[in-house]
Amino acid sequence: MKKGMLLFTLMILVSIAASACGGGASDTIKVGVVAELTGDIPAVGASCKNAAEMSVQEVNDAGGLDVGGKKYKIELFIEDNAGKADQSASAAQKLITQQNVVAIIGPNASRYAIPASEIAESSKVVLISPWSTNPKTTLDAKTNAPKKYVFRACFIDPFQGRVVAKFALDNLKTTKAAVLYDVASDYNKGIAEFFKKTFEENGGTVVAFETYTTGDKDFSAQLTKIKDAQPEVIFLPNYYSEVPLQIQQAHRLGIETPFLGSDSWGSAELIQLCGADCEGYYFSTHYAPDAATPQATKFIEAYKAKYGQTPDDVAALTYDAFGLFYQAIQSAGKVDRQAVRDALAVIPKYEGVTGNLQFQEGSGDPIKSAVILQIKDGKFVWFANANP
Amino acid sequence: MTYFLQQLLNAMQLGSIYALIALGYTMVYGILTMINFAHGDLFMVGAFLCFIAATFLKLPFVPTLLLSMAGVALLGVAIERVAYKPLRQAPRVSAVITALGVGLFLENFTLVFSPYPQHVPALIANRTWTIGGVSISSLQIIIILLSIALMIILDLVVRRTMVGMAMRAISWDKSIVPLMGVPLDLIISITFAIGTSLGAAAGTMYSLAFPVIDPYMGILVGWKAFISAVVGGIGNIRGAMIGGFILGGVEIMVAAFMPSTYRDFVAFGLLLILLIFRPYGILGKPRPQKV
Repeated sequence: MKKGMLLFTLMILVSIAASACGGGASDTIKVGVVAELTGDIPAVGASCKNAAEMSVQEVNDAGGLDVGGKKYKIELFIEDNAGKADQSASAAQKLITQQNVVAIIGPNASRYAIPASEIAESSKVVLISPWSTNPKTTLDAKTNAPKKYVFRACFIDPFQGRVVAKFALDNLKTTKAAVLYDVASDYNKGIAEFFKKTFEENGGTVVAFETYTTGDKDFSAQLTKIKDAQPEVIFLPNYYSEVPLQIQQAHRLGIETPFLGSDSWGSAELIQLCGADCEGYYFSTHYAPDAATPQATKFIEAYKAKYGQTPDDVAALTYDAFGLFYQAIQSAGKVDRQAVRDALAVIPKYEGVTGNLQFQEGSGDPIKSAVILQIKDGKFVWFANANP
Repeated sequence: MTYFLQQLLNAMQLGSIYALIALGYTMVYGILTMINFAHGDLFMVGAFLCFIAATFLKLPFVPTLLLSMAGVALLGVAIERVAYKPLRQAPRVSAVITALGVGLFLENFTLVFSPYPQHVPALIANRTWTIGGVSISSLQIIIILLSIALMIILDLVVRRTMVGMAMRAISWDKSIVPLMGVPLDLIISITFAIGTSLGAAAGTMYSLAFPVIDPYMGILVGWKAFISAVVGGIGNIRGAMIGGFILGGVEIMVAAFMPSTYRDFVAFGLLLILLIFRPYGILGKPRPQKV
């Protein structure tokens, strides 16, 4: 009995010692991914997983990553957050404490990235969200100061809201806009408010500002109200699984204004679910596959060859998040959580698939430009650029 | 005025779907005094069967509807036999928890096939008429009329047929009625078949009106239909119909005349107040507790 107790205590001690090392002892670098593989936006999770696996395979096929004169293989751990905020946090926790990852890539949607980022910040582990554009992801909820360990590979919503509002005013020449958004989701709510602010500051009026909650399928009351307010353009900063329903119901009610969207539209699923109803509308996003830089073209070709589809913005941003991580760990010169964080914060310039980026001083938000895409013949086509 | 009429039409469409699902809750409760929380997920399975029939078998509307109803009715009967029947003598709480488990099983079973939201093809040519500023679509007309027709048929079955009489008798007393020669298990199976097939009909029409379906679509709608059944007086069939239209109406009208953010808060607040004055629902009657 006593022996058993001793053995048990020893085992616990060993496991504590092992976890304290931070995975630095072996020849692999452990990287975690938290993605939305199931739940309400599974296409986002699938793109993230594909790009992550592709990026890691490229590095491992090339013999590994050279860090401080030694070659390391990358070991990938992918966790599903099931489209739930609490599972996001527990997946991040699991990756940090059980798998001992050096850094976490993901989650993508802001409503999952925010809870996971809290865990990463308090555990002092780098988390790079590829696609979370809500400002709160990289800000401390209490002090509103930037988090130290949380970064992102994309622009943020105040910028995106401004881009779409300016586009509606200057390119579409509209002055009366309506907004319908999910009030229960951080991303949608944030961007809707930033759009409204910029649109009104620049001489437009928002004639209807309507909400619904996640899971709703019937938007007839809100859309009837919007129709009654007679807007010239309708902004729907909602996810690709909901936008088709909203546009189809609007068409059924006889609404004929153009619709605008944000980067949450940018999944190929949107076109499949929406069909001809979404034809001709615009949305802002991170990159345009058809107007790509040589670097992006290389990525797009490789992705197409491997998965048989054009990579969407989530895939491209995930790939960039991994690129950022590799560059940071190489310039850190050692496999250490703190060293990676310090190196990542001062990356002078990273040339990614989605354009050049650089982190703002003392913040995890990069300086990046956006593009406006149009849906044309069932494809996303480049329409305009928007610089910060 | 046209604005109000348009919203009234929206409310009728939503309300008729809630009412159809609420019927499933209320019928099972009436006969077994058990809340079948898997019903919302059976509604989802109905929508997915509609998707399969329309996409892969390329069936037109009526066969799709019938296939979906028949498939879900079979599933409902099977669930009752496998999951609920062994618990008929157990405390009600066990049965309710089993129902929740069956619901989770159905969601995750569907999830295994595809976590992606699916697009249901338009089975009914969509035409929109504008009459005096009010837009009416062919789909809205079909949903409202078909729901009302199904409800009238159900009401006739329950009130005018032998099966209906047996159902009402069993809901009155489950221990004496079988002694009179009424086949208890058969009647319970028929009740499940009818209740779940109405849920499937609602699922089919819902997936035509809102053609993006996912494995979790039944949760929220199921809860709302359950609330409709409670508001109407759970166990009472006409009550469930009234409750469905009341909830649909309140939800739409609150969003129509107040900021839409207040919708659920005001809608369910009003329903709570209603339950304070009529704790057994609009048409419900207090049941004496047997000691």
